[in-house]
Amino acid sequence: MTAVTDAGTGGSGPQAQKSMQARSEPAVRVTQLRVMRSEWTKLYSLRSTRYSLLAALAVTIGLGILISWGSASHWDEENPGERLSFDPTLTSLSGIFLAQLAVGVLGVLIVSGEYSTGMIRATMAAVPRRLPVLWAKAAVFAAVTFVLMTVASFVAFTGGQAMMASTHISTTLSHPGVLTAVIGGGMYLTVVGVLGVALGALLRSTAGGIATLFALLLVLPIIVLFLPSNWQDHINKYLPSNAGQSILNVVHDPSVLSPWTGLALFCGYALLALAGAAALLRRRDA
Amino acid sequence: MIEVEGLTKRYGKKTAVDGLSFTVGPGMVTGFLGPNGSGKSTTMRMIIGLDEPTSGSVTVNGRRYRDIPAPLGEVGALLEARSVHTGRSAANHLLALAQTHGISRRRVSEVIDMVGLREVARKRAGGFSLGMGQRLGIASALLGDPSTVILDEPVNGLDPEGIRWIRNLLKGLATEGRTVFVSSHLMSEMALTAEHLIVIGRGRLIADTSVADFIHSASANTVKVRSPQASGLRDLLVSADVTVEAGASDTLVVTGLTSDQVGRTAAENGIVLYELTPQQASLEEAFMDLTRDSVEYHADVPTAQSATGTPS
Repeated sequence: MTAVTDAGTGGSGPQAQKSMQARSEPAVRVTQLRVMRSEWTKLYSLRSTRYSLLAALAVTIGLGILISWGSASHWDEENPGERLSFDPTLTSLSGIFLAQLAVGVLGVLIVSGEYSTGMIRATMAAVPRRLPVLWAKAAVFAAVTFVLMTVASFVAFTGGQAMMASTHISTTLSHPGVLTAVIGGGMYLTVVGVLGVALGALLRSTAGGIATLFALLLVLPIIVLFLPSNWQDHINKYLPSNAGQSILNVVHDPSVLSPWTGLALFCGYALLALAGAAALLRRRDA
Repeated sequence: MIEVEGLTKRYGKKTAVDGLSFTVGPGMVTGFLGPNGSGKSTTMRMIIGLDEPTSGSVTVNGRRYRDIPAPLGEVGALLEARSVHTGRSAANHLLALAQTHGISRRRVSEVIDMVGLREVARKRAGGFSLGMGQRLGIASALLGDPSTVILDEPVNGLDPEGIRWIRNLLKGLATEGRTVFVSSHLMSEMALTAEHLIVIGRGRLIADTSVADFIHSASANTVKVRSPQASGLRDLLVSADVTVEAGASDTLVVTGLTSDQVGRTAAENGIVLYELTPQQASLEEAFMDLTRDSVEYHADVPTAQSATGTPS
């Protein structure tokens, strides 16, 4: 029987252990806040998180500055029409269009990675009510993405405007709509991330989640191009990506929704997907 | 304490668990035995709420798993399939699970030492051997210091050292007053660790018995008799409670009588015996007898009976 203690059940029975914990710490039970702390640990403890977020940051800043520099150095060659519709804010934030892939894929992976590795079983055994896990994943990832990508958006804007200052085509945060667009960059990417989380939970597969995300954000606008043009006008601005990206526009474009309306609609799509994921998560066997 | 009542699970047309009812009590190791595909894992998944029963109920300490405010504090489970993200270190895996309940970092460190994973705790779980993976699974199961521990095939793929470690651990947990429910498809393994047995086949309950009773009934009175007057002896022995099978030319296999009784009957009737041997069926044979009709996938090999000639 010495082997039993060697095996290390610690020698203390369940009762002794429990009364000890009760004295020194708050009661052991599942709360939404604790599940969020757990999801934070899960998020930072994976390499894929760090690489994806680093890539999103680098692309937003690097590409934004690069394209701003390109626009400035070729300004002389642009025709008057292009000069008129030139949006220096949007130009400096153009890296976001690539960064959304990194953020969206990471959102999908946060959930689908648990299914592919089997981790989901441990997660659901710990939180059998399940929904707190989905809320925590979405909330924690949204918070991290918003903070990081809003910073990236500001850096890209500042760097990009510096590139364009010499040709006097730059703008400043005090111009109407510019601050909204720069903060909107962080917000747009945050909602893309939440949409990724929802799709990961809906489809429970990395490949399926990523394919659906790309189809929604990138392929749908292309398919609409093949529709009769008066249909396009009605459909185009309501597509998820177009609606969400309208917040990045400072120079008004009549074919897109106004910034906040567009972002609100995009949020609506993401929340709808999240609600669908929640309904299925409760019902499906893990 | 686990109470299963009329538990049924269907996947489409296939019934994995079929009206199962049993109770698993505290303070001992209860073995959950059945051939592959008999519904053991499905039952265990339903206990911890991963699968929803089609009908029936299962409670732990009187509550549905989903209704327990601190599930890890009441039930610790090691599932057969791995339940760890391969990209995360063992320590972070356990920490993330602990945090959902507000379990301290000190406890995480304790269970890491308990299962002997200290040296690899910071390594990615994806690189773990089968044995290390099982140890990590057991560490997760013990994290909340639960009063009920459920383990699905814990010795699968372990080396002898690891198997012995698990046996001692299970016995230790039971000695501390916990409910320990362990599945296996190996009867011999259960005979060494379990006190009570729940045997299922094709999702149905076959036996709910103590291991002692099972062993007793397993080594039931089978007696091998060899006699030149085999057919005469056979007529004398056969009755409502006694069956006699004819083996090779002069051999009988008697079920339902002791060797003493057979010997006396032979002597009283002046029948010559060449051999009189009480047969001890092994536990594994007894288990296979019990579950023969409920084995999901048969290998198509001749059975012992057809090999030695069927009784007339």
